[in-house]
Amino acid sequence: MAPCVLSSEKLVIACEDDVVIARRKVRLLAETLGFDPFTTAAITTATSELCRNTWIHAEKGTGLVEQISDGGRIGIRVELRDDGPGIADLDRVLAGGYSTAKSLGLGVSGSRRLTDEFRVDTVVGRGTVITVVKWKRPT
Amino acid sequence: MSAHGPIPVLRIGSTLLASIQVELRDTIADAFQEDILKMIAKTGATGLVIDITGLEVVDSYVARVLGDTGRMATLMGTETVVVGMRPVVAATLVRMGFRMEGVLTALNVEDGLALVSDLLVRRHSGGH
Repeated sequence: MAPCVLSSEKLVIACEDDVVIARRKVRLLAETLGFDPFTTAAITTATSELCRNTWIHAEKGTGLVEQISDGGRIGIRVELRDDGPGIADLDRVLAGGYSTAKSLGLGVSGSRRLTDEFRVDTVVGRGTVITVVKWKRPT
Repeated sequence: MSAHGPIPVLRIGSTLLASIQVELRDTIADAFQEDILKMIAKTGATGLVIDITGLEVVDSYVARVLGDTGRMATLMGTETVVVGMRPVVAATLVRMGFRMEGVLTALNVEDGLALVSDLLVRRHSGGH
């Protein structure tokens, strides 16, 4: 069953400050929903990595920050979408440590490790859509 | 006290203490790295403590800049310790697969300053 979307907020990535704004939005939502500090840090950091990737590789993109529910759990879904160059060597990027720009090449692999669900759709020359989900841990 | 950009740097004897209290944008992190290395050269500081207690989110780019800065300062001959990493930051970086290699860390500023002075004493006594 596809989770239902309880709230949705748009992201615009066009400059460095947008990366900061995006991670603040996600952090605020996680805290508002009562995510524990470790889970909050995980989804916030994953968002930061993905937004930076959009900014560096595609220069601009759009995104969504959504509060979702699958009935039993609530979660945060973050989606980043760009019309950039796409990821040519996805397997290597997913394995981590493969860097084509600044940073360590941990952006994609790191955000995958930090989140519960991870999906990447990429076409070289067309763009990339990356979606991550982090579920709130039961208290 | 000197404030190059938004990160205050305090001089304690021959050690510089940089306290990062603002959320780091990439360009601020880059500027900090450059400024602190210049400040080491200018002041002849033999120790550097970078306090990141104020950082609630450290992603791979900021972590890399911090690690690089520590390794660069060490290469210049300045004993460097990164202190005050929050539990959630440490957990997040390790889960991501980040390794802060070649940089000493300590729990807090006090421990960091003590470690720097230990290292300097050892250096002057010729031991390793």
